[in-house]
Amino acid sequence: MIRKPLRPLALVLEARSQGRNPAEIERENVRARHEQARDRSRLRAESRLLVLILAFLSLFVLVGVRMGTLSMSEPMEPQSAYTGPSIVAQRGNILDRKGRILATNLDTYSLYATPQDMVDPLMAAEGLAEIFPDLDQQDLTRWFTGERKFLWVKKKLSPEQKQAVHDLGEPGLKFGPREVRLYPNGRLAAHVLGGASFGREDVAAAEVVGVAGVEKTFDAFLRDPTYAGEALELTLDLTIQSAVEHVLRGGMTLMNAKGAAGILMDVNTGEIVSLVSLPDFDPNDRPAPPTQGNPADSPLFNRAVQGVYELGSTFKIFAAAQALELGLVQPDTMIDIRGPLKWGKYRITDFHNYGNELSVHDIIKKSSNIGSARLALEIGAERQRDFLTQLGFTEQTSVEMVEASGGRPKFPAKWEDISTITISYGHGISATPMHLAAAYATLTNGGYKVTPTLVKQDYIERGPRVISPETSRQVREMLRDVVREGTATFGDVQGYAVGGKTGTADKPIPTGGGYYEDRVIATFASVFPSHDPKYVLVVTLDEPELATEVEPKRTAGWTAVPVSAEIITRIAPLLGLRPEIEPAR
Amino acid sequence: MRLLLYFAIFGMVIAQGFWAYTENYETQKALNDAQKLQSQIAEARARLGVLNAEWAYLNRPERLHELVDMNFDRLQLLPLRPEQFGTVGEVPVKDPQSSDLPPALELSELEGSE
Repeated sequence: MIRKPLRPLALVLEARSQGRNPAEIERENVRARHEQARDRSRLRAESRLLVLILAFLSLFVLVGVRMGTLSMSEPMEPQSAYTGPSIVAQRGNILDRKGRILATNLDTYSLYATPQDMVDPLMAAEGLAEIFPDLDQQDLTRWFTGERKFLWVKKKLSPEQKQAVHDLGEPGLKFGPREVRLYPNGRLAAHVLGGASFGREDVAAAEVVGVAGVEKTFDAFLRDPTYAGEALELTLDLTIQSAVEHVLRGGMTLMNAKGAAGILMDVNTGEIVSLVSLPDFDPNDRPAPPTQGNPADSPLFNRAVQGVYELGSTFKIFAAAQALELGLVQPDTMIDIRGPLKWGKYRITDFHNYGNELSVHDIIKKSSNIGSARLALEIGAERQRDFLTQLGFTEQTSVEMVEASGGRPKFPAKWEDISTITISYGHGISATPMHLAAAYATLTNGGYKVTPTLVKQDYIERGPRVISPETSRQVREMLRDVVREGTATFGDVQGYAVGGKTGTADKPIPTGGGYYEDRVIATFASVFPSHDPKYVLVVTLDEPELATEVEPKRTAGWTAVPVSAEIITRIAPLLGLRPEIEPAR
Repeated sequence: MRLLLYFAIFGMVIAQGFWAYTENYETQKALNDAQKLQSQIAEARARLGVLNAEWAYLNRPERLHELVDMNFDRLQLLPLRPEQFGTVGEVPVKDPQSSDLPPALELSELEGSE
């Protein structure tokens, strides 16, 4: 750049010759130079401002456009993130304690029809009637040729049926994908599992809803996608369940009983290893609830947790245990059992005459009503009620099945002395076999309260103490002697030291007015091995009758006890229990 | 000098653009692959579910009972009984002194027989 001098010599000389002040030239030049510099800097500032404006504008436009596209675009699942095995839009499986499947899902199709799309409705009706024998051809023809625009034909199709329908080639017959609940073991553990059916239905999908048993109790858990198809693990053991069911079914037939229930429970944790109620049903094809007759006779009725029965002499052990715990008696204390025991207008008698007095031990062994009544009278009504409350006999069991809430025990509102007497031998109070199993587990496990459960847990906390370990030991010895030389001698299984108590209760007439002469509920509550208790088994037979030459046998000692013995023989090896020689006392 | 700088910057812009496009296409390809894999996993899982269900169905105790009954002639399977528990002591121990095996062959005899 050529720098122009402030005082150019030529101009200065010219000005001097003309007599002007040459300093003006310099001032003029300085002014011009300042003006130039000012113009340049303004231009630069303006262009900088412009660039800045453009930059901000483009930034705002960018943000705006991005916001616009975000708000207008369809939401999309992230594709790049690893989703893991978690995203399973399926109902969770139900497994047994060893991980074997009790309930799972199967993809299948439903069949629906849109008659207006049909080419040949008559042929379609004929073809469908041939594939599905339970559909009526005339009904189908009427529906397909009528006014209806849409109708369900079948809720579930097998793959073969789907192919057969497909082969009809009728465009008006359409398939909708369906997920159905499958119980691969059929009738096994049907009452525990319950069943499932469709809730809201659509052409494209339908929700599967649990309708009974654990399926209903844990419906929310099984359906919740946050648990993402996590399986529900039960405490049941499929093998044991099958063996118990098999033997119990055989026993029920042999004893001509109309129903049976069996519960096998871990004596320490209250885990239910097997729960059987007969007659049963197939949860894959759950029958409709009965609309007439006694609901307790329906196969849907769960005798083990819903059936509230008077459980008879099995209750005697509670009176004995409490009397021992309170220190009122010792096992060898003699009790006056001269009968009949008169209380008001009631007369209490024994099944046989057992003499004038028996020890507490022998009252249990021989099952004396009068002896139990005397023990109960010493205990008193209030303490008896408190003890039975502690054992859980005054409210429903907390087993995780919806049916359990139906098993509300029945007991007198006013617990008078006569109630105390009858309750001591299991009359005047009704409870479910599940109550009995839990109470027997509590009495024999060393005295800790047991809460029955069906769900496998990592750790089960021990309940509060109900009786002392010493009383528990005495109770076990008494129960063992019932089997060794008392009313349940058929129950002895060599090597497993079975201890238990029988109970035979007359069934009340449902219309009221006393009890049946020839209908009983026979119960055997047992614990094995009694010197080191592991399991409690409760077997209940409804109206058993063993025909013999002399007279039909109905007592538990002849019916429920041999069935229990056979069950223990079958399952104890499966449970991994090695036969042992009983230690001497 | 300045021109060289301009060319260098221009070249870098081109190179970065090229790199950005390549990355973009690779990402899309990876996403597609992931999606394909995921649908394959879903399919495999569905298949696994069916196989598990089938396994459970074929192993249901009722069917095993029937199979045991059907093959009783050959297998003679019976339920496990308490008597079948044994102890290690009940297993007969073979006396190493009285071996039932034939005496070892002498190599020389073998050679001689040929």
